[in-house]
Formats: sequence, structure tokens, C-alpha cells
Amino acid sequence: MKSDLAKVQGLGSAKHGVGHWKIQRLSAVGMIPLILWFIPSLMLTIISGYNEAILWIQNPFNATGLILLLGTIFFHASLGLQVVIEDYVHSEGLKIISIIFVKLSSILLGVLSILCVLKIFL
Amino acid sequence: MADFALPKNSKIVKGIDYPLESDSKNTRKVNVYRWSPDDDENPRIDSYTLDLDNCGPMVLDALIKIKDEVDSSLTFRRSCREGICGSCSMNVDGTNTLACLKSMDDIKGDINIYPLPHMDVIKDLVPDLSKAYAQLTSIKPWLQSDTPASDGKERRQSPEEREKIDGLWECVLCFSCTTACPSYWWNGDKYLGPAVLLQAYRWIVDSRDENTGERLDALEDPFKLYRCHTIMNCTQTCPKGLNPAKAIGEIKKLQLERQ
Repeated sequence: MKSDLAKVQGLGSAKHGVGHWKIQRLSAVGMIPLILWFIPSLMLTIISGYNEAILWIQNPFNATGLILLLGTIFFHASLGLQVVIEDYVHSEGLKIISIIFVKLSSILLGVLSILCVLKIFL
Repeated sequence: MADFALPKNSKIVKGIDYPLESDSKNTRKVNVYRWSPDDDENPRIDSYTLDLDNCGPMVLDALIKIKDEVDSSLTFRRSCREGICGSCSMNVDGTNTLACLKSMDDIKGDINIYPLPHMDVIKDLVPDLSKAYAQLTSIKPWLQSDTPASDGKERRQSPEEREKIDGLWECVLCFSCTTACPSYWWNGDKYLGPAVLLQAYRWIVDSRDENTGERLDALEDPFKLYRCHTIMNCTQTCPKGLNPAKAIGEIKKLQLERQ
């Protein structure tokens, strides 16, 4: 029995959204130089073999770059997937569970992949 | 989840074919979406063959001719027939537009006419825009100012300040853009949509308005504003050649600026 205006106003503005929007774009821009550096490096290590690849990761600059790239990738992916879920999943419960699942999975995969780099580096 | 398929009673079936009763060579077939709330029938596509030698050049002229001469039950909104009132917005040849501004010469083959997409249909080509109008009301589309006009008569603007609302005031609120937006299709209950956001920006950027902060506060929301993913269907479809996507981008920039 609510009026259309009451329905569209709902609970009002959440007073956030700009932070998510900004950090999603910043992480996207941040990935550009990291990927431009990573792809040729990856090609070189593939050509030169396993031992060279290990040596490449053991270089502190390369390890730093890799950790930054992995962190940014999983962070950016979790932000993007959150938006996709908010777009298409309309059941409130399923939406919250899916977003929590995506965030926790991103943290898990991010930490795991960074630990792998550190294991080779150390 | 978002509904990607039409419900059973919305599946469109073939309707009645109205052939031309004269032997004119200059003819055109117009296929029109028909649905009535007064029976339990599914929507159908009726086909009307028109003699273009005896019809005006625009799609709206064809619809008026059909209603006058062939089938008076055909229902659609129209008023000014010159792109000012925004009433005759509909989906013509796969694109939302104003029927009065769309020339039949610009369409190849049959002319396919549907109501604005993804809105409830009241009858035939008339969509239910109640929610969209309520969304417009929610952004308070009127001048808000506590300071009285300096001369007690009018609030002045410099030519530069006035220029800022060019490309915004021309919007006739036909909702072609809003109903072309996939984000509005999936989340129209919460996302305000391009037409309403363009109107919101029109008042945000108006130098005479004193409630800019409150207006930005009301829009800072993951759904009301940030469901816009810059898909650009709005700008592509606007029959008045406006750019709602840019207006939304400007609101996002202002939200960032005041952080």
C-alpha cells in the first residue's frame, strides 16, 4: 500500500559508494604498469627454464613487483565481482552470502599466492 | 536473480494482418506490439500495410493513420508531434526514440514498434512510468534556495553559469534513456536511471541552487548512482541528442571532489 515515492526513496542514501568506485579505478590503473612489466618478464622466464624462473623471483625487485601485482589482482577482482553480484543477485540473503564468499576467497587466494612468492624468495 | 526470460503470459504471438485495400505501389508494413489488460490474451504483433503516398513522413504519423483509419483500438501516448512533450517515446526499429522525431525513411524494411523495454505495459504502446516519475520527484527537480532574489524578482546568472545547464535543460523526460539501460532493467527499483540522474545534475550544476551538498548526499549510494557502469546506451538512444552518461560522470566527479 506504500506510495511510489515511499518505495523509491526506500531507506534513503547509504552515504557511501564513492570510495568503492574510486579504489576500483585506482587498482585498475595500478595494474597497467604491473602487467606491462610482468608479461615480458614471464615470457623471458618461460624461455629460459625453471631454474632461471626461480632465480628471477629471488630478485627482490621482481618479488616486490609480483607481490604487488598479485595483491592488486585479487583486490580488484573482489571489488569487480561484488559489483556483478549486486547487479544480478536480488535475494538479499544470497547477495550478502555471495559477497562474503567472494571477499574471503580473494583474501585466501591473495595470501596464498603471496606466500608462494615469499617461499621461493626466502 | 535477475529475470532473463519472459514469463509465459508475456510471450509474443503473431497477431492480425491488415492488408492494404488500395493498389498503391508506395507501401510499408508496420508491425505493432499489442496487448490489452481487458482479456487474458498474450501480447501479439499486428501488421498494418500503409500507403505512404497518403501518410505523413514520421513513425507517429503512421500510428495516427492506423488509429484513424484502420484500427481505433490501437493505444499510444502522443501530444505535441514535434519532440517537445516527450509523450510518444517507444521502441522503434530496435531503438528507443520519440515516434514523432523518427522518420520512416530512416528505417530499412518493415517498421517494428514496441513499447519502451522492461517496463510494465498498461496497454499496447503505453508503458507504466509511475515508478520513474516517483524517482524524478525523489531528486526534488526544482530550485532550492534560502537566499531571496537580490532584486526581489529574479535570480541572476552570468552567461558562463547559464551555459552549464546547456545539454541538460533540453531533456523532455521521455525516459528513452532510462528504459534502454541494462542497469535500470536489473535494478530499476533502486537505481535512479539516466534520465533522473541527468535531471539531478541539472539542479546540482545550476548556480542559483543552494542545496548542492544535500543533492549530492542523497545520490551517494551504491545503487541510486553507482549502478551506472557507463554502458552508454542512454547517450546512444537519446532522441534529443543529449548525453546522460556524461552528466552521471560529472556527478561521480563531484562526489570524488568533495571527499
